Amino acid sequence: MTEIFKAAEVDRRTLLRRAAAVGLMATPAVGLLSACVGGGSDDNTKQSTGTKSADNPLGIDPKAGVEIIIFNGGLGTAYATDVDIPLFNKKWPDAKVTYSNTEQISTVVQPRINAGTPPDMINNSGSNLMDFGAIVKAGQAADLTDLFAAPSWDVAGKTVADTLVPGAIQQGTYDGKPFAMNYSFTVFGLWYNKKLFATKGWTVPTTWADFTALCDKIKAAGITPFGFAGANASYYMVRALLTSAAKIGTEQCLKDIDNLKPGAWTADPIMKAAQAWGEIGNKYINKTYLGLRHTEVQLQQDQDKLAFYPCGSWLENEQSKDTPPTFEYAVAAYPSVTTSDQLPATAINAAAGEIYFAAAKGKNPQGGKEYIRGMLSKEAALGFTKLTKSLTVVAGAADGQTISPGLTSANDLLGKAGKDVFMGYLFDTWYKKLDDESRAAANDLMFKGGDAAKFCQRMEAASQAVAKDSSVTKFTRS
Amino acid sequence: MRHGKYPFIIGFLVVPVALYCTFVVAAYLQAFQLSFTSWSGFGAIKYIGLENFHKLWNDDLFWKSLRHNLFLLILLPVVTVALALVIAFLLNVGGSSRGGQTRGVRGSKAYRIIFFFPQLLALAIVAVIFQRVFGPDKSGMINGLFPDSWDNWLFLADERWAMTCILIVLIWQAVGFYVVLFSAGMGSIPAEIYEAAALDGASRIKLFFRITIPLLWGTIQVAWVYLGIAAFDAFAVVNIMTVDRGGPNGATSVLSLMIWRNTFEFSQVGYASAIGVVLFFLTLTFAALTLRVTRRESLEA
Repeated sequence: MTEIFKAAEVDRRTLLRRAAAVGLMATPAVGLLSACVGGGSDDNTKQSTGTKSADNPLGIDPKAGVEIIIFNGGLGTAYATDVDIPLFNKKWPDAKVTYSNTEQISTVVQPRINAGTPPDMINNSGSNLMDFGAIVKAGQAADLTDLFAAPSWDVAGKTVADTLVPGAIQQGTYDGKPFAMNYSFTVFGLWYNKKLFATKGWTVPTTWADFTALCDKIKAAGITPFGFAGANASYYMVRALLTSAAKIGTEQCLKDIDNLKPGAWTADPIMKAAQAWGEIGNKYINKTYLGLRHTEVQLQQDQDKLAFYPCGSWLENEQSKDTPPTFEYAVAAYPSVTTSDQLPATAINAAAGEIYFAAAKGKNPQGGKEYIRGMLSKEAALGFTKLTKSLTVVAGAADGQTISPGLTSANDLLGKAGKDVFMGYLFDTWYKKLDDESRAAANDLMFKGGDAAKFCQRMEAASQAVAKDSSVTKFTRS
Repeated sequence: MRHGKYPFIIGFLVVPVALYCTFVVAAYLQAFQLSFTSWSGFGAIKYIGLENFHKLWNDDLFWKSLRHNLFLLILLPVVTVALALVIAFLLNVGGSSRGGQTRGVRGSKAYRIIFFFPQLLALAIVAVIFQRVFGPDKSGMINGLFPDSWDNWLFLADERWAMTCILIVLIWQAVGFYVVLFSAGMGSIPAEIYEAAALDGASRIKLFFRITIPLLWGTIQVAWVYLGIAAFDAFAVVNIMTVDRGGPNGATSVLSLMIWRNTFEFSQVGYASAIGVVLFFLTLTFAALTLRVTRRESLEA
């Protein structure tokens, strides 16, 4: 008997010691994640350059290879492999393009940046994207001034900058210098099923009173009038709310928010917008959406269980597999909140997105920029729009082309808005922590009682906490 | 013979020790170093003393996350061990005894295999499956089973219950392993003891509390340590399943998730390292405490 117990005792002790070791393994993972601390700050990497000429405005070495990495997400990667790389190789047959793609940009690329061996051109996108503000402050992104001043790839007599839509460069500008090329051009608004609205005889509202009246009708028809996915896409709601605020008090109130100005979140336009949307949340939202993901809510819209969904123009392409023939995407501008709104009801938020940048400390930064110049050619932009059903910042590249109904609708919206198209806000990319807070606060506002004052105060406190935090690098815009 | 002994031992140790030093010890030291900096994850490092820890002290989310970790630390081992013990007992001793032989309930061999299934699934898959189980509308498995007239249960979208949902998933995933562990332990309890007790007229409940549990005490303590450590983690399940990752309103945030988000999303590696250092001491304290309690136990025995 005693022998048995002794043997068991030894086993147990060893086991316990092992168990303790397992526990100790958990923490060092943190250190591992940040391995190679401080690496990449040396400038001794040999970088390739060539002679500048009219044909080679960025002075790349025609024989040096270029390494690119593309985010594999909603836009796919075909535009890179089938359009951009062949285009680049046609001009530079001796420059080998090394291509890879990933769904986890920061996990794959951040260690390489820190090790001083980044890819030359990086598509920083997806839910796992790197904090681009931090990259810029660390001097890891190449200054794109010479790229935008260079002649366009295929539009004679114009510089690259001349061929882009207004505001495209501004969006990638940090403290006065451009570091990012935001490629895709997205129109934001309220998406709905044009066919459903036609059968029911519903018309798109332009005032808030029309909006709520229509929501009542939709609700009576047994359809959820408005909704968004609380589990992972409440930032669509943040954009809706802040778009309304900008319509009430012009884009200035968004600039104040970006600049972390005290009182920016408690300003009157934000408060009014939060009140109006909070009421929509109270009356017309489906409370279970708080626990749903964007794919689930978007599917419900495709099944005509949901009428209005706040989103950007990528929606139609994202849902193309699930859209039944009875569904035709169309987009409406957010209705005016008050009768004294400073921007007209047709005003919309449209912004450049999808960051592409050249790594400053890679082997061939000029080559990375040249690749971006190729992407900004009319030919590549048209190829991108055809493959991804998404517009680009290259002005008029898709003109005269038959595109999808949703994109046509977005184009119409742009036309109607005229000069009242505003870029929106940047705090969500500048200060990720504030972005995080805004998502939680928007969920709270829309699903838990619509308390506008609480929303504003909570965001104001978070904004001022960021402003006071010296470990967060700050940016400003005008 | 004697001469060959040391090279032999060193030959065995050199690779694991080198790996351990590189990937555990060095990484630890670096985490400690970084916790005194405001490093963003890119570029130069600036030392800021204890500021990160000061900030941590005033961070509501940190205290919330810590509470959630403690919630798991208390309930995960208790519930899992209790469930696993009962199931293992039923599988091994709970059946009718024929000819003085104790045996499990009918079909216990098949049950033992089935209970182990969750252990074979990657935690990420378990999380995705349970996301569907806890779906907040009628497409969710549990809500789908309810009659249509009932209001939907929000589960993960309800701040009061979200953490309990996480606990249930962790228990579901872990319980099978401990059933097997305890079964093995019960298998090594000599049948004569049960036989003798049964002859003395002990009921099944008495067998369980008077014989099984005391003789399994060592194994139970091992289980406690393992589960306690699992409670300090819970990252995968929280990251995949919860609303707004750690929400709603931080209702499911845990320390490991905070470390991840601060490192990769908020570019505050220094701050994340400070949380890592706190987690290190928590784990160490927990392991030391448990070992201490066990030592006393073994002296008494």
